[in-house]
Amino acid sequence: MSDQKKLAIIATKGTLDWAYPPFILASTASALGYEVEIFFTFYGLQLVRKDLSGLKVSPLGNPGMPMKMPFGPKWFRGINWNIPNIVQANIPGFESLATALMKKTIANNGVATIAELRELCQEAEVRFTACQMTVELFGFNHSDFIDGMEYAGAAKFFEFAGESDICLYM
Amino acid sequence: MANFDQELDASGLNCPLPILRAKKTLGGMGSGQVLKIVATDPGSVKDFEAFAKQTGNTLLSSGEEGGKFVFLIKKA
Repeated sequence: MSDQKKLAIIATKGTLDWAYPPFILASTASALGYEVEIFFTFYGLQLVRKDLSGLKVSPLGNPGMPMKMPFGPKWFRGINWNIPNIVQANIPGFESLATALMKKTIANNGVATIAELRELCQEAEVRFTACQMTVELFGFNHSDFIDGMEYAGAAKFFEFAGESDICLYM
Repeated sequence: MANFDQELDASGLNCPLPILRAKKTLGGMGSGQVLKIVATDPGSVKDFEAFAKQTGNTLLSSGEEGGKFVFLIKKA
């Protein structure tokens, strides 16, 4: 199977919104017959923790993020709640509220949860490698992460990425 | 409507789930068998074309029926 295409991804972001691209692309590539490896480093380590409840989305300083309500009549859902950064920053729990609303929107739209997509990746034999240096840097233990992880450094990433057809940094 | 061996209802599911479910269902089918997929994701029209092209399975038909997208894919 040396003609099998290869996709290498570096996942560096640890928020709920940025958790999607690596898992969506990895699972899809795998369904298309690619061999896939994701290297999780820095905040990307959050995506392979057993406990995913720490994944949040923040509208603060993120002007591209529409703030819409996932419930109520259609006219109400269409409103974009343009809340100034200075207000967002001063409301305790604003991030948790935005995350709860985002999760509801995700469910309303038939979009998979991160746990589900991650499982689909694992079923499809996408390889997960965690950066050992950042695991230590952030004070994590291997037991914080899901089973089936490999722990290695940059050299291990290049072993696969150097032969990949597509290499993405996220 | 042409004949099919198995049906997959991916209604209400969004990218990339229809493709992933189709891939999984095809995996359990035999060569030459036909899978019917029903989806509501408008992106799935181009996606199933691309899926068939890249996996070597044949997209026999792609159309709309009662506001839903219907695909017939023959397993290679």
